Amino acid sequence: MCLGVPGKVMAVTENEIGIPMGTVSFGGITKEVCLAFVPTARAGDWVVVHVGFAISAIGESEAQEVFAILEQMGQLGELETPDP
Amino acid sequence: MRFVDEYRNEAETQAFVRAIHRRVTRPWTLMEICGGQTHTFVKSGIDRMLPDSLTLVHGPGCPVCVTPLEQIDRAIAIARRPEVVFTSFGDMMRVPGSSTDLLSVKAQGGDVRMVYSPLDAVRLAQKHPARQVVFFAVGFETTAPANGMAVWQAAKLGLENFSILCSHVLVPPAMEALLGAPDNLVQGFLAAGHVCTVMGYEEYVPLAAKHRVPIVVTGFEPLDLVQGVHMAIAALEEGRVGVENQYTRAVTREGNRPAQKLLGEVFEVCDRAWRGMGVIPASGYRLRSEFARFDAERRFDVGGIEARESPLCIAGEILKGLKKPHDCAAFGSRCTPEHPLGAPMVSSEGACAAYYQYGGKG
Repeated sequence: MCLGVPGKVMAVTENEIGIPMGTVSFGGITKEVCLAFVPTARAGDWVVVHVGFAISAIGESEAQEVFAILEQMGQLGELETPDP
Repeated sequence: MRFVDEYRNEAETQAFVRAIHRRVTRPWTLMEICGGQTHTFVKSGIDRMLPDSLTLVHGPGCPVCVTPLEQIDRAIAIARRPEVVFTSFGDMMRVPGSSTDLLSVKAQGGDVRMVYSPLDAVRLAQKHPARQVVFFAVGFETTAPANGMAVWQAAKLGLENFSILCSHVLVPPAMEALLGAPDNLVQGFLAAGHVCTVMGYEEYVPLAAKHRVPIVVTGFEPLDLVQGVHMAIAALEEGRVGVENQYTRAVTREGNRPAQKLLGEVFEVCDRAWRGMGVIPASGYRLRSEFARFDAERRFDVGGIEARESPLCIAGEILKGLKKPHDCAAFGSRCTPEHPLGAPMVSSEGACAAYYQYGGKG
């Protein structure tokens, strides 16, 4: 439940009430992610994402290693959640 | 059976396992708080590589497992209402209530939808102004900022048709309850990494000092877990108490300040009932009065629902670390992931489901 998945910020925008949002790529799957809790995140940065929210920044090599292990442990299922 | 035969850093992980064997001179009992950590311990087989004198017990850190049956029944009652679009993380959909589960409500025509993020629920509310969109807000401190932000945004957007069924729980009060119990067996903790990413670990310092235990903030990979166990064992063997941080790559002492600020704006601490553990003082979040109009329990009047647990299920003793899944007479026979009697068998992060799938150490 407290899973954090690392992803790469591809673009940063703001939503209609001025909250920073990012398009984040997780090994090719992209999601809209709220950046309100890591407001310094910019395109090209890597962040740890939990239920659609960045909760911390992370270095690139570490991010890729963590992503690989999550994939191997079969813990990336939530990324496949279809749009409601 | 080990499900994952190889994983990253396996050689280094094995080296830490050997170091733990060398370090342990007497019996110790450690608890990992987080259900994700339980899952990795059992799935990777690390629990079975550790010394027999080291007992790992599995804590209450699975939000699905500790959400009271009454709250599941409230979710189901709300989801059945014709005006409601009920949204939830996937984990909660299969949890049996007293008579049915959310997936069955959906199969019977209820508008129940799985969402990846609470913001998906807010967007649904914007898109369907004539419907009442309800989000089942479960989770620990890791998830609370996200769910709080959904409410905060709904308020900013002036949404009248969004609410949350709030079931948030907090880790340190549960640890306090476990450590303060007369039958406590736990001598050291692995604290949950991402909870501390958000909250930092300041609040664990007085807990460790009061109860004279080591608490090691630990990550989720196999290597993180054996490092966390090694640090906790070293502290126990040397008679040290206090908080140490294994998961330095994601956790700082002060945590994520913007997330904490949002939590303070939207939520206030309240007493909360934990499934299997009863009411723990100051162990949950409820919406502050400024946001109370987003509380689904008020909006839909489901406060009177009561539920009765299966008398066979020993989930409470398992969540407190007093018993293991194998100690339950119903485990694997009358209680399976297909027909769970209690929540630890439902969630993949529950200790019983992990043991059923991967065969944990008895």
